[in-house]
Amino acid sequence: MDSQEILAALVRSVAFGTPILLAALGEIIAERSGVVNLGVEGMMAVGALAAFSTTQTTGNPVLGVLIGIVAGCLAGLLHAFVSVTLRANQFVSGLALSMLGLGIAGLLGKRYEGQPLVASLPEGVFSVLAIVLAIVIWLVFYLTRAGLTLRSVGENPAAADVLGINVVRVRYLAVGLGGMFAGLAGAFLAVSYRSSWTEGMTNQLGWIAVALTIFVAWEPIRAIFGAFFFGLLYYLAFALQNSGIPSMFLQALPYALVIIVLALVALRRRQGAAPEALGIPYQRGQR
Amino acid sequence: MNQPIPRTQRSAFGLKLEYDPNPSRGRVALVFALAIVAAFLAASLIFWAYGVSPVSAYTTLLGDTLGNKYGLAEVLRRAIPLILIGAGLTLALRGQFFNIGAEGQMAIGATAAAGVALFVPLPAPLTLPVMFLAGFLAGGLYALIAAWLKARLGVNEILSTLMLNYIAVYLVLYLVQGPWRGKSLFGFAFTDTFPPQAQLATLPGTLVHWPTLIIGVVLAVLFQVLLTRTTLGYGIRVVGENPKAAQYAGINIGRVVLLVALCSGGAAGLAGVGEVASIHKKLLDPSQITLGYGFTALIVAYLSRGNPILSILTAFLMAVIFAGGDGMKLAYQMPFRVVDVFSGLILLFIIASEPLANYRLRRKGG
Amino acid sequence: MAEPLLRLRGITKRFPGVVANDGVDLEVYPGEVLALLGENGAGKSTLISILYGLYRPDEGEILLGGQPVHITSPRHALELGIGLVPQHPLLVGRHTVAENLALGVGARLFPAQRIVPLIEKIAGAYGLHVDPKAHIHTLSPGEKQRVEIVRSLLGGARILILDEPTSVLTPQEAEALFTVMRELRTAGKSLIFISHKLEEVLGISDRITVLRRGKVVGGLPARDATKASLAELMVGRNVSFERKRKVPKLGGVLLAVQGLRAKSARGLDALRDVSFQLRAGEILGVAGVAGNGQSELVEVLSGLRKTSGGTVTLDGRPISANPAQLFGAGVAHIPEDRIGMGTVPSMTVAENLALREYDRAPFAQGLLTVPRQLDANAKSKVQEYAVATPSIHTPSRLLSGGNIQKVILARELSGVPKLILAVHPTYGLDIGATEQVHRVLLEKTYQGASVLLVSEDLEEILSLSDQVAVLYHGELKGPFPVESVTHESLGLLMTGGAA
Repeated sequence: MDSQEILAALVRSVAFGTPILLAALGEIIAERSGVVNLGVEGMMAVGALAAFSTTQTTGNPVLGVLIGIVAGCLAGLLHAFVSVTLRANQFVSGLALSMLGLGIAGLLGKRYEGQPLVASLPEGVFSVLAIVLAIVIWLVFYLTRAGLTLRSVGENPAAADVLGINVVRVRYLAVGLGGMFAGLAGAFLAVSYRSSWTEGMTNQLGWIAVALTIFVAWEPIRAIFGAFFFGLLYYLAFALQNSGIPSMFLQALPYALVIIVLALVALRRRQGAAPEALGIPYQRGQR
Repeated sequence: MNQPIPRTQRSAFGLKLEYDPNPSRGRVALVFALAIVAAFLAASLIFWAYGVSPVSAYTTLLGDTLGNKYGLAEVLRRAIPLILIGAGLTLALRGQFFNIGAEGQMAIGATAAAGVALFVPLPAPLTLPVMFLAGFLAGGLYALIAAWLKARLGVNEILSTLMLNYIAVYLVLYLVQGPWRGKSLFGFAFTDTFPPQAQLATLPGTLVHWPTLIIGVVLAVLFQVLLTRTTLGYGIRVVGENPKAAQYAGINIGRVVLLVALCSGGAAGLAGVGEVASIHKKLLDPSQITLGYGFTALIVAYLSRGNPILSILTAFLMAVIFAGGDGMKLAYQMPFRVVDVFSGLILLFIIASEPLANYRLRRKGG
Repeated sequence: MAEPLLRLRGITKRFPGVVANDGVDLEVYPGEVLALLGENGAGKSTLISILYGLYRPDEGEILLGGQPVHITSPRHALELGIGLVPQHPLLVGRHTVAENLALGVGARLFPAQRIVPLIEKIAGAYGLHVDPKAHIHTLSPGEKQRVEIVRSLLGGARILILDEPTSVLTPQEAEALFTVMRELRTAGKSLIFISHKLEEVLGISDRITVLRRGKVVGGLPARDATKASLAELMVGRNVSFERKRKVPKLGGVLLAVQGLRAKSARGLDALRDVSFQLRAGEILGVAGVAGNGQSELVEVLSGLRKTSGGTVTLDGRPISANPAQLFGAGVAHIPEDRIGMGTVPSMTVAENLALREYDRAPFAQGLLTVPRQLDANAKSKVQEYAVATPSIHTPSRLLSGGNIQKVILARELSGVPKLILAVHPTYGLDIGATEQVHRVLLEKTYQGASVLLVSEDLEEILSLSDQVAVLYHGELKGPFPVESVTHESLGLLMTGGAA
């Protein structure tokens, strides 16, 4: 391998890792407020569909991306309504959202099946944007009042509530914002990464993002490295196709690695880094 | 503060909403029924967006399933794996094991059965029983991976079981494209067709493999008995409701998690055996075997509210949607994903309506 | 005296089935400490919640500086100058002191950094030592309390409500708190001090108001009050501070603990070289501030925690780390967390009563449970222990705290227990239930059982125990015969002072 090949490999890994990073950043924001959202895969699918269909109708991929973000946000808010306002089980609600999002994208995307995209955006823009966003999120988390509020709500919502912080509003904002990131990740897949509509183009990347959130201990900067590491894996699975190793094993590798990584994380810190109130619906007067 | 937390009471129009911590079964059933109706209404919107009038969509859905004998047979056929997996998942949920990996366990069960059918020389009458046994064990053991990781290290089983689904897919694909690829079928990723003694009987003219149906019903009843009438079931319920109390009483939590994982994975494995031994008669791309039953069965389990025996009933509801999805696929060129739309919506509406069951309307002063 | 700063008139608050506050009148003057005294359930918490904007009163009015106010939220209360130092601090454990104090009030940018000088100013003014950069989970209960006080002062509180502040403190830490309270009083702040510890109330307050069953039953200057008169007001009848214990007949050594070591859940040394003996029929009271190894000691003795050194023998045989086996060997455990550990809230009373022996005869035959036996057992125990429940098939979560405790007592003590581990057995219970718990425990010792009583209530320990020991930093001081110890000597031991 010469230096050019290595560079090309890195570029591909970054491109593979970009949707994972975007989706994981969204999940980090939501989980830092105390809400698990397992609907990332569904939100991404909806975002991808919205972005693709908008681009096809208007010819404007930038508008497509914006609509994709809005669609992801709406999907996130649905989860917020069910899990924050109605205080239903966050895990089940997220699963349902994943099913629904994939179902809607599969159904309504049928008419675009195989259609080539009329106008696309360069991948690099999204990769740079994702890295910048990760840094911005880190700065907001640790240096601003908004970040302090968000983190406190995820750790101890009762303490925040007593200080006049509207826990429900913070969680809605966080989950909605998380949906926007997932929508952006889906839009990237639809209008930049792939050139045509294929059903199931999210390809479980949303689930990888959920696992990555745990793996990087809810830290946005670490998510950059984690996402590109998974990107590298996908690249390797792709690059080693003709190496004699059965391709099925290579394709199964990222999923096996998620399990291994989760086990390693559990061995090392027993989920100690998770926001204290993660997954627990907040109800005033109950602690 | 030592007082019980007061529940808010809201009132309007001379009616007041009262909190009831212990709602009756009838009210829960009513709320669930309303939630399903609401889910269907919401799905109408999506059909409308697809360009199909909701009325004709539902006419197709119901007409193709409940409208004729062929449709009913289809429903029954779809209900078989849903009963098996649903009953297992109901049990798993009681033990707080969120098994999202039934798809993978089903595929692995089917694979084990195929292995027995194709490569293990057995007396003919023993073949099918051994296939079912192998399927149960393989599916159960596959679920045990996630259960062990949870019990031992505290790894979230939602993610691990889900990932195991994809690993199972690639494992089976590897087998059918590689070492197990059939010699008689060139160019296809299938195994050879199972020998006759490894093929499961169906009701004449249908795909209803009745032996699996019987196994499913028996298993649902067994799981119900296990849960409510045995000491193991008592332990499962304590672990599921309050793990600290389980420790306190000396109940081995890890063992309970392994037990429910084995049972639910095994049940999914049996479902896989039934499908390959009757409908396909060979092992093939696992996504064509499992078809999303493992996810749909989550709703079967959720609707069963902790009673495995109820999944016999709730499986039929979801089987109607599953079979109807097939009809809609043909009638409107919809992708099979339409089933996911229903699954997602029903699940969302059910969990959203659950808290509502705890409230009842009363006339003021009543 | 001047005009009252805060005045409550006819405050009434009803909950379904209870009148928590019934026409409460109260005045607070500037620069005084008003003690609010009352038993559990007397209505103190409700009254505080009203003052702090958590509940709206059904009737009555609140006047602040002569003006009627409607307090709508804790934040609004603080804006009006009313601050609360809660019994259990509401802080984010993983954040720093500065981050906690900046929450909700800090600047948009660098909120935690910019609040540090303000914290230091307040801390200096009132002698409240807190390190703004320390993480909350590293602080002691007393330090956390100081953070809460600083929070109220940062918010400009003129009235500070301290909700049972000493319940988590050692006597010496409490003394430090009283010093701060006196500083604050001198600076003109008004303090409402909630407690049920009579001596503290007499020591620190200027005036005392006593609540009983939601009503104000007396208000008097502290200098006119005595322990006995306050106790009578609180309980409504003459209270004797006599020991409840009859002279026991002691048998041989039942439990022998020698050089016991154990680690906490976080892997730290929780028990260091603990040794003691307990004879049949004896009650050993273990005092100490929470978190000094009490939980770990009880966990080891009940089989929930492995030891990392030393020996523990019951009747001469080493114990196993298996709760079910130990229960079979006669170790009953009344856990601290009744709802979270002692019962399964969604299971029925009958099922909860069989939690310990569900897999043994008569409740089980082979693998099958025998519902008939569960029910028969439940019926007799519900009657024997006077558990108020609609039915034996009611989920236990629908029962009151006292009745849940009775279910646990009935289950743990109905056989012939040899060793009873009772952890805060009367915490939060009303007088009737408390007396029943004490009576049952005493009766069991007269029948030959031994009791290890862990409690933060020194009154309870002194009135029941034969021997008293103190756990401090995982080391056991004592046991000492109960006659040889006093509140003061125990307090000193609880802080690591010499005996």
